[in-house]
Amino acid sequence: MENQVLNIQNFSFYYGETQVLKDINLSIEKNRVTAIMGPSGCGKTTLIRAINRMHELTENTRTEGIIKLYNEDIFELDPITVRRKIGMVFQKPNPFPTMNIYDNVIAGYNLNGIKLKKSDKDIIVEDSLRKSALWDEVKDNLYKKGTFLSGGQQQRLCIARALAMKPEILLLDEPTSALDPKATSHIEELIKELRSYVTMLIVTHNMGQAARISNDAVFLYLGELVEHGKTKKLFTTPQDKRTEEYLTGKFG
Amino acid sequence: MNFKINRDKLFRAILYGSAFFLIVLIFGFFITFILESSESLTKFGFGFITGKQWDPVDGHFGALPFLSGTLITSFLGLIISFPISLMIAVFLSEYFYKGFFHNVIKTAVELLAGIPSIVFGFWGLFALVPLIREFQLSIGIEPYGVGIFTSAIVLSIMIIPYTASISREVISMVPTDVKEAAYSLGATKFEVIRKIILPYSGSGIFAGALLALGRALGETMAVTMIIGNSNSMPTSIFSPGNTMASVIANEFTEATDSTYVSALIEIGLLLFLVTALINLVGKYIIKKTVQF
Ligand SMILES: Nc1ncnc2c1ncn2[C@@H]1O[C@H](COP(=O)(O)OP(=O)(O)O)[C@@H](O)[C@H]1O
Ligand SMILES: [Mg+2]
Repeated sequence: MENQVLNIQNFSFYYGETQVLKDINLSIEKNRVTAIMGPSGCGKTTLIRAINRMHELTENTRTEGIIKLYNEDIFELDPITVRRKIGMVFQKPNPFPTMNIYDNVIAGYNLNGIKLKKSDKDIIVEDSLRKSALWDEVKDNLYKKGTFLSGGQQQRLCIARALAMKPEILLLDEPTSALDPKATSHIEELIKELRSYVTMLIVTHNMGQAARISNDAVFLYLGELVEHGKTKKLFTTPQDKRTEEYLTGKFG
Repeated sequence: MNFKINRDKLFRAILYGSAFFLIVLIFGFFITFILESSESLTKFGFGFITGKQWDPVDGHFGALPFLSGTLITSFLGLIISFPISLMIAVFLSEYFYKGFFHNVIKTAVELLAGIPSIVFGFWGLFALVPLIREFQLSIGIEPYGVGIFTSAIVLSIMIIPYTASISREVISMVPTDVKEAAYSLGATKFEVIRKIILPYSGSGIFAGALLALGRALGETMAVTMIIGNSNSMPTSIFSPGNTMASVIANEFTEATDSTYVSALIEIGLLLFLVTALINLVGKYIIKKTVQF
């Protein structure tokens, strides 16, 4: 399949002796938004942090199975390479407090010691800020600290920072859970627009949000992938009883 | 109810009182120094600071050799100590943040802070001075062994705990999510340390260095034992010399006439002012550079 960006096969995850993901199989197609849903503690964060190998920063973690980015197993690549190709947006906006807005956007290059001409940097910064719908708001203050922005703007700055690296996939872990409703809907609009540039995997425990912005949806429960399908289909005719119970608010 | 309010008032009064007491104390300190050194202050004026000659028998009292001695040994000590302290701090907070190795090194640093300075003096005298003498012989300069360089090395070791422990503390305060953001962009550990952690904790590390410098400026016993107690202007970093603190310690008991005593007290005043000045400038720099 040409369109398949990510392919997770027989993937299990352990914190020490505790298994928190059980034999996950999931394939993600290009330029689609996939929502990962499930009650708190079911392993959503763990799953997406494994996709860019962020879990390796946590001690005592172990994985089984493979995760393919196009045709390469990410566990056979250098984690640095994996993380440059797979961007991440965190639950709480986390712009670099020591850097101004411009430097925040270009940080991926500076951190990695990639030297660029100023004019190339300018292009990347403007392009990324436009894509994250922040350009008009910050174009006159590019050299001010990113931490002075509102929470929603900070989160869009973090999205711009990830987009600047031109990732194949963008992982978003409950990117709106720390934001107010207005900022949330702004980010939701943004995600819909970004679909044409980048494939996205978004963790959310807000079902309305999943319904509004995703093409596909995954339901995780107690570390198991219970159901995966088109969002509309999963919401209207869930195949598994547990999915149905979750969607009708029986748990989580 | 009334009782509670009164207790609150009393507590506040005690707090105010303590703060006020401290100000009075420092002020009193200052007054005493000025009164006790007034003879020297009026006799030598500004020439006291610029005078290169200290010869109590002939009545020459110029403190420049000691002012230079203090500044050179302290800054040199800080320059040697700083990178080592910073590496220890990074090592303890980012590489070995727990476990056996962490505890061994952390304990060693804490022990270093608790060693009395006379022990450092002895160590310098018996272990370091012979080494330095060898070195001086090998490069063909006067083999004093003791001197400014020797003192700077001992000072550099004595002040490691100050920079290291404060730096470790501020480095461990760098938020995890900020570090994770950098890792998620593909940064290596070294890049995260250099481009995220150190800039973030820069002003705190600077404050640690400042504290270490303050400690070096005032260190008396160890330096007195190994600096060579020479009152002439140092000509190189290997020259024997004296610091403001060491000359006071060395000569105070011998000072017989009132001018001599008053001149030594003025050195004390000078040391007090230099330390205060460096602290103020440092605080100003920290204020200017804290950006978030
Ligand atoms: N660092 C960790 N060490 C041990 N267990 C963890 C760690 N992080 C998460 N877990 C456990 O793994 C499970 C899945 O957590 P997580 O992926 O954060 O869930 P979610 O994001 O769906 O709320 C939970 O039971 C949680 O307690
Ligand atoms: Mg989570």
